[in-house]
Amino acid sequence: MGKLVTIKIDGKEVKAEEGANLLQAARDAGFDIPGLCYYDKVSPSGACRLCVVKIEGMRGLTASCTVKVSEGLNVTAFDEELEDHRKSLTELLISEHKFGCMTCEVDAACGLEDLAYRYDVTIDNLPYPARKDLLPVEATSPVILYDPNKCILCERCVKACYEIQGKGILSFAERGIDTYVATDLGGLWVDSDCDGCGECIQACPVGALVPKPSIGKARRWEVTKEETICPYCGVGCRIEVEKKGNEIVKINGADGPANDGRLCVKGRFGYEYQMNNDRLTTPLIRENGQFREASWDEALDLVASKFTEIKNNYGNDAVAGLASARCTNEDNYVFQKFMRAVIGTNNVDHCARLCHASTVAGLARAFGSGAMTNSIKEFEFADCILVTGSNTTETHPVISTYIKNAVINHGAKLIVVDPRRIDLVKYATLWLRQKNGTDVAWLNGMMNVIVNEGLADKAFIESRTEGYEEFEKVVKEYTPEKASEISGIPKEQIIEAARVYAGAENASIVFSMGITQHVTGTDNVLSVANLAMLTGNVGKLYSGVNPLRGQNNVQGACDLGGLPNVYPGYQKVNDPEIKAKFEAKWGAKLDDKVGLSVTEIMDGAGKGTVKALYIMGENPMVSDPNLNHVEESMEKLDFLVVQDIFDTETAKFADVILPSFSSYEKWGTFTNTERRIQMINPVLDPPEGTKDDWDIIQNISKRMGYEMNYTNADEIMEEISDVSPIYGGVHFKKLGNDGVQWPCKTDAEEDRGVLFLHEGTFSRGLGHFSPVDFIPPAELPDNEYPYMLSTGRILFHYHTGTMTRKVGALNAFESGPYAEISPEIAERIKVNEDDEIRVTSRRGTIVTKARITDKVAPMSIFIPFHFAEAAANRLTNDALDPVAKIPELKVAACQVEKV
Amino acid sequence: MDFYNYYALLYIDDSTVAAGVKEFEEILKRKLAAADLLNSVKVLETGSSGLKDYGIGLSVYPGDIHYGNLSTADIDEIINEHFIKGRVVTRLIVKPPEEQFRTSELGPQDVRLQNRIVLSLSGVIDPENIFEYFAEHGYEAIGKILEEKVSPEKVVGIIKNSGLQGRGGAGFPTGLKWDFTRKAEGNQKYIICNADEGEPGTFKDRLILEGNPHLVLEGMLIAGYATGAAKGYIYIRGEYDLSIKRMEKALSQAYEYNLLGHNLFGSGFSFDIEIKKGAGAYVCGEETSLIESMEGKRGIPRLKPPFPGTHGLKGSPTVVNNVETLANIAPILLKGAEWFRSFGTKSCPGTKVFTILGDVRYTGIVELPMGTTLRQIIYGYGGGMREQRSLKAVHLGGTSGAVFDESMLDIPLDYDSVRNHGGMLGSGAILVLSNTVNMRDYLESVLLFFKHESCGKCVPCRIGTARLYDMVKLLETSDNKELILNEMDKLSETMNKTSFCPLGQSLKFPVQSIHQYFGDEILRS
Repeated sequence: MGKLVTIKIDGKEVKAEEGANLLQAARDAGFDIPGLCYYDKVSPSGACRLCVVKIEGMRGLTASCTVKVSEGLNVTAFDEELEDHRKSLTELLISEHKFGCMTCEVDAACGLEDLAYRYDVTIDNLPYPARKDLLPVEATSPVILYDPNKCILCERCVKACYEIQGKGILSFAERGIDTYVATDLGGLWVDSDCDGCGECIQACPVGALVPKPSIGKARRWEVTKEETICPYCGVGCRIEVEKKGNEIVKINGADGPANDGRLCVKGRFGYEYQMNNDRLTTPLIRENGQFREASWDEALDLVASKFTEIKNNYGNDAVAGLASARCTNEDNYVFQKFMRAVIGTNNVDHCARLCHASTVAGLARAFGSGAMTNSIKEFEFADCILVTGSNTTETHPVISTYIKNAVINHGAKLIVVDPRRIDLVKYATLWLRQKNGTDVAWLNGMMNVIVNEGLADKAFIESRTEGYEEFEKVVKEYTPEKASEISGIPKEQIIEAARVYAGAENASIVFSMGITQHVTGTDNVLSVANLAMLTGNVGKLYSGVNPLRGQNNVQGACDLGGLPNVYPGYQKVNDPEIKAKFEAKWGAKLDDKVGLSVTEIMDGAGKGTVKALYIMGENPMVSDPNLNHVEESMEKLDFLVVQDIFDTETAKFADVILPSFSSYEKWGTFTNTERRIQMINPVLDPPEGTKDDWDIIQNISKRMGYEMNYTNADEIMEEISDVSPIYGGVHFKKLGNDGVQWPCKTDAEEDRGVLFLHEGTFSRGLGHFSPVDFIPPAELPDNEYPYMLSTGRILFHYHTGTMTRKVGALNAFESGPYAEISPEIAERIKVNEDDEIRVTSRRGTIVTKARITDKVAPMSIFIPFHFAEAAANRLTNDALDPVAKIPELKVAACQVEKV
Repeated sequence: MDFYNYYALLYIDDSTVAAGVKEFEEILKRKLAAADLLNSVKVLETGSSGLKDYGIGLSVYPGDIHYGNLSTADIDEIINEHFIKGRVVTRLIVKPPEEQFRTSELGPQDVRLQNRIVLSLSGVIDPENIFEYFAEHGYEAIGKILEEKVSPEKVVGIIKNSGLQGRGGAGFPTGLKWDFTRKAEGNQKYIICNADEGEPGTFKDRLILEGNPHLVLEGMLIAGYATGAAKGYIYIRGEYDLSIKRMEKALSQAYEYNLLGHNLFGSGFSFDIEIKKGAGAYVCGEETSLIESMEGKRGIPRLKPPFPGTHGLKGSPTVVNNVETLANIAPILLKGAEWFRSFGTKSCPGTKVFTILGDVRYTGIVELPMGTTLRQIIYGYGGGMREQRSLKAVHLGGTSGAVFDESMLDIPLDYDSVRNHGGMLGSGAILVLSNTVNMRDYLESVLLFFKHESCGKCVPCRIGTARLYDMVKLLETSDNKELILNEMDKLSETMNKTSFCPLGQSLKFPVQSIHQYFGDEILRS
């Protein structure tokens, strides 16, 4: 907050922050100066001129939105002349406006309508005839409708697209009275790079830009609005849900700590699944190969008796459970408590195994804590950002906007290291294209340069770390030449990247699956940590190591013990003291051996050692590697319980299906990728016949003789804060709109947790350098399988598609499976765009469509894994990282043929 | 250096090229060669004389003989009579009043009228030959400054003392503008020469660019030195082919003789100049729109403050000066502020280049001291009205200036005086309209221009220009013309008070002045 100064508005003294926007300050002080183009999230335009005021000492009239507050300003905000001009400007706007408020989406929430009312301007009392000819409406985007006849050309959308989202797709086309907002200077919206985030809609003060899926759904006065957290990715954007009755009609970005009102296409438009008729609304029991509806009592009795039976016949470890990165912290806590205290096994894991197990393992070893060291918004102020193995624009869209802000608004240097030409490459100072699975080599190469050129932070190494000497010995071997030879990156680029990264005042590393999903995943993460420590870029504001967590609550599912080796708060199951503590708290005997991981559970099922499986809100039949193997395993299970909102690919194998609440119907918390625990609110009533996840679990538990009597999520969080120190200060009543970031250990209201980790000291004390040698991927292209296969996500769909593939708007962008293949492959096998191709690996085969692009490296292929009908995971390799047990989803060898 | 009996100057500009001067030159040279006269007659290309409507023109020195409206059929006669026999071909002579002034034949009756500053060498020297500029003290000013190590403060001080005001139209004191940039912090500063001459009826800058490009370059060099800028751009109207060609040639010559580039005159001062072509938007003559355009963005005005002087091109301190302004710099430095102040009026010293066009006998360019009256210019240099026409109106200062009637012919033309009379001197365009012009029609054409050229950024200008145009059309048929005229006044007043940039702000001048001086005519029609 800047210095407070005194200004005078219409004779009244007003205190305002020095340098603040004068229009904003005047409005805050109760002066209702009109204005349509001012938007506090973008730079002022001064285009509508409605906010003109008189300022003593300045010639003529001045648009107050373009003036900064300074001591002694003497402002006339209202007098006859100013109001005359404002009315005159309103008349001009109305004369250009398509008349038809009664059918307009924003009727009763329109800046222009308010202005017309205020100055008594209608189409009939203008001093000149209004414009009559209409321009064509642009309706080619799947999600956005633009009506130039309602547009007041305030520039808010254009600036929102560039200054907020960093995209710069919108601009003005034509000139003067013919001006309109356009993509690509006048091309069709659908042909442009617009990805439908809808930031422009949110910025529009009138009805010129409206969300297509909302058209005709509700009048403004029929909707109620409630805020919650977006159900999709790990960014944890705050959303405002507009509903009519019990139906969502629109979603807006709300000012949350992680998103400042920004959203992506999924967050804004991906809600339609919520109203889908396929929602499960009654428990189902398999009988003679068919599902039949059952009562809750019958279904829960069956589950309890089967679990008890298998437990008694084959031992506790014959039962396993998959917790969920989609469910709340409270659900996950109760789930793992059930598995540990009621079943008596540590066989609990979840899909984090497939994404960041190596991060948790690697960073725990290096720093003592496996989460993002910094906060999302810090990216905007980093001087250098190294993004590797993260297609941030598509997987964490809102985080990518802060990275783009850093580059565009603050001149940060962006280094992208990725085999694919991802969107961020457009913003990058340097793009290093490594061969898949060679990350340790180029990271060591960069560090070799940093050490040899004296760019290392010696003081930091000396005071904050251990193990440097051993590490240095290994790094010395990785000359830029050697690193280049292994990784395929020209050595000059490795040297340049080292200099740029090490030369920055504060540098941040962003990584994701491209680093973690390898047999050397843990090694990769250790190398990343080494690089940060070598240059002292950790433990301070804007600088750090930032693994982006994929799902809305994958961080929370890990935090709350949805892992086979730790209780909630990363307390080890094989630590006797910890075990004793939990035995006391939970009143049950606990097992002290580490349980099975996801992939091991599937193996166990295949071998017959795991007999029963309880899956809550996960869909391994699409998400897991080597699906043919998973399918065999599923079939061998004696008893499978699936708890979900939809009938998923996995549920097809279930013996009992239990219908639960969606996140719009729940009360509880999610923990986002920056460790921020945020409240979610039940904005909709759940369908009749469904139950909240934790409630389902406690009802099974009761039937198995272990009392759980939670009446709401709040009570569960109280128990969590009691047993898990990093959540020690977390209480629902304290969270508010901004949540807190763990570790948050005290109950004090002002303890909002920790913005960035490891300041002064690492979680483990000293940061630990690990010497890491390069190990090649488990499978590389050969004569039989000559192409490099990698898999991942795309912007328009989410994970296994259970939700997004039920959303028309998202399907309009991308409706089905495809494979990106390099032009060299296309030429070799003689296929054209959209031709059917068969992709085969040692583990399986799929048929999909070819998309020919140099986005992938030569002789490489990339397949999004969302689409069950051509599931990429039938091809992927389930070879595991020996430490983290994460499979190598990012590298496999394959053959591609024309069908 | 060779000496010749005759120097024959051919005026090369867009209008003479259109009239076939190139072919004329080729034939003339061929015939001179055939007559074995190449050693005694030197044919030189020079810039425009400033006069239009004379077709192909040829001036012969010694003798100050000016032939005009020539065709290739006249070549034999000129060679035989003038170059061989020494007899002037009287029937081909044109001697417009302005031409007399330029060649000092007017005599000593009005000393002030005998000096051109920025046009003194236009139509005299070969603009494509840097030596001709050298011979006329070219690059002496910057040379002196650098060799005598005159401080930048002092240079700015001289410009301040001279009272030079920006000749683009706004009349902002140039010295003050330079001082803002000189004092502004920044490692990189820029000088931009605004040569995007887009004002209808104005082509004064073209004459300077085509007639004496080095004068502009020298002005930019001095501006760069004075403000601490090392880089200059000439933002030149894309349609000005010849100006661009001559400027490119001048640049390459200046680089060749180390008058541009690194460490000039061993002083440590370095300066580079590049040409950027404009794409024809009127609003890009406004300095912040020009800068946006140079940055590759849409040509729309920027918020001010901050002003370009501190935050201009790429956010760096930037001086944007008009061509004519820059052309005044070297002469002022050579001859002193006092000398400059001896021209013009007390509040507006110096000369102004005026463009005369419309229904006068002679259209073209004249450079006259500030304070000269419209009457002097129209009747003295424009040769009065064309036959059988009488003067009805004068649109002064460009499209955005006021339209006066005959009663205003005696106001002295300088920035202050015209402003005090409800108009603006602007670019110095003087469009003379005769009794054949319907003033509503004329206003319609003016408003159509503005509707077309409004960039669309701000509401009052974007929509106001369209509604004003609608209203002027309505005037044709309406029964209530008076009401419409009053509404037009009111709207143009709001536009004046609230528009983002001068384009929308200045529309009230033509609208309200036409109402004031010619309202009766419109009401009657």
